[in-house]
Amino acid sequence: MMARPALARLSPFNITSLALGLAFLYLPIVILVIYSFNASRLVTVWGGWSLRWYMAFFNDEAMLSALAMSLRVAAVSATAATILGTLAAVALTRAGSFHGRTLFSGMLYAPLVMPEVITGLSLLLLFVAVDAQRGFWTVTIAHTTLTMCFVTVVVQSRLGSLDRSLEEAAMDLGCDPFLAFVKVTLPLILPSVVAGWMLAFTLSMDDVVIASFTTGPGSTTLPIRIYSEVRLGVKPEINAICTLIVGSIAVVIVAASLVSKLSSRQGENAAPL
Amino acid sequence: MTDEERRDFEATAQADKPLLQVDAVVRRFGEVSAVDHLSLDIRTGEFFALLGPSGCGKTTLLRMLGGFETPDGGRILLDGQDISGVPPHRRPVNMMFQNYALFPHLSVRDNIAFGLRRAGLPRAGIEARVTEMLALVSLDGMEKRKPEQLSGGQRQRVALARALARRPRLLLLDEPMAALDKKLRENTQAELMRLQRRLGMTFIIVTHDQEEAMMMADRIGVMNAGRLQQVATPRQLYEAPNSRWIAEFVGGINIIDGAVESSGRGRMSVATQSAGPVTVATPLQALTTDQVCVAIRPEKVRLSSGEAAPDAGDAAGTNRMEGVIAGVSYLGGQTRYQVRLDRGALLHASVANTVRREAEAFETAQRVVACFAPDDCMVLDR
Repeated sequence: MMARPALARLSPFNITSLALGLAFLYLPIVILVIYSFNASRLVTVWGGWSLRWYMAFFNDEAMLSALAMSLRVAAVSATAATILGTLAAVALTRAGSFHGRTLFSGMLYAPLVMPEVITGLSLLLLFVAVDAQRGFWTVTIAHTTLTMCFVTVVVQSRLGSLDRSLEEAAMDLGCDPFLAFVKVTLPLILPSVVAGWMLAFTLSMDDVVIASFTTGPGSTTLPIRIYSEVRLGVKPEINAICTLIVGSIAVVIVAASLVSKLSSRQGENAAPL
Repeated sequence: MTDEERRDFEATAQADKPLLQVDAVVRRFGEVSAVDHLSLDIRTGEFFALLGPSGCGKTTLLRMLGGFETPDGGRILLDGQDISGVPPHRRPVNMMFQNYALFPHLSVRDNIAFGLRRAGLPRAGIEARVTEMLALVSLDGMEKRKPEQLSGGQRQRVALARALARRPRLLLLDEPMAALDKKLRENTQAELMRLQRRLGMTFIIVTHDQEEAMMMADRIGVMNAGRLQQVATPRQLYEAPNSRWIAEFVGGINIIDGAVESSGRGRMSVATQSAGPVTVATPLQALTTDQVCVAIRPEKVRLSSGEAAPDAGDAAGTNRMEGVIAGVSYLGGQTRYQVRLDRGALLHASVANTVRREAEAFETAQRVVACFAPDDCMVLDR
């Protein structure tokens, strides 16, 4: 509703640049989606509409188990990263200037700028050194270390803008510091915690580099599986998988925005003015 | 002794014992002492105001009473018990925060019930108390709203109800009117006073607004640089400040430096360079030196046009000084004049506009005589 008057005021130049930008971002995806319905065996040749590559995917045991593995790794590592990342954010914003604070925050942000190859390699060396069986847990731990800092960044910005006196008021009204966090702080930072979890989940689902260093036989994640398939030549089945991923992301985003809209409207209805 | 008498007697005995004793409390932030060996007694049922310029340590003191800061030295006693190290959630003290700190995710009802739930009251008791509190601050019917759906004044009342709901021994209010506009502020001040009298609760308010402190408080403690400069009733503070700093901080004042010339029979003569000799009443407290200053409130200076004969009512010894009007500020209820005395001093005089016609007014550059009685002058150490 807000966008309509703004759009009306756009000049032809603005509209053109907007269209070009959107095309740059989304045209490849649109082409991917269209080709996923291609009946032809050749990726670049159009052979009419078909769902055969979707059927192929749902019958591809190896691909399905890779998807299941990816979902499990993403869910567990995102949850662990959210808990650890939120605690780190709380420590950084609420514990005052404790000894080694700068070092701690620096170390926390290191994975943000560290090349993934180095993170992956060093984790591999660690797992080899401690003689850990590489598989589900090593990938999960690796993804937790990668995504935790993202959660911290997201949660920390929200915590920083949160009025400190809210927690003090909770304590004043009889909460010990832990209860004050649970009753007041956590509900208020929950949107950013959820956002952090979703970010961590997507990052984990995406990752090829770190996963390929830390995974073992029998625990191949979806991106690794896709990557190895593509190396042998792009199969139309890959298009179908990618379309499904894009589709599910779109559904999640629409659902999330609907939920947030609905909850804010409920708040308005609760007290008619 | 009847029961009623005994109760009255006990109530009086209770009132005599201070509820809160602040004993040589120190709070340092790095090198700076925000609160510096400050001692203060607060009686039960008192409305006490902490007044001072920003950065004087008044908020730090209040936060120590609430438990959000820990004193570096000294003790804080509530009902005779040392609470210096007791965390906020175990103190029978509640605080109303400057920005109200209402929980945005909770309704008005849940905000007020928050502290009661922590206290473990039964459900029915909580309901009854919340309803009582809503009625107390006239917010009936608003209980389902969220803080963001309330006006500033309503938010303030929710914050007050939430802080009062636990029936604290002591209620701390940190600049409770700062976020309200002037009109609303005046109403709220009166309402807060009525509420305090009705509940018989002890309030400590922090403010930088001296009119607010004077209007509401039984006693005012004026703080500067971490110390209490004077603790007194509003009238004492204004009419009998104990130092030049207080005299200049509270209200408007004319201050003329001089030296004591002679003294006797309740009168003292002070020789000043910029206003000539001034006759003042001998102060009750002994002065430490004869280098003093004479302080006179602007509304105690009377102006008359140069030609007019002195008022018949003027007692002998009234100070009369001639000068020229240097500035006029009309403020509706009163007019403030600046008078440049012939001897050099600039004297502020404020005259209540008790009649409508303008003939009473003086004009810039008009010659006038400024009069003030010796009893209205204060003599303070420089």
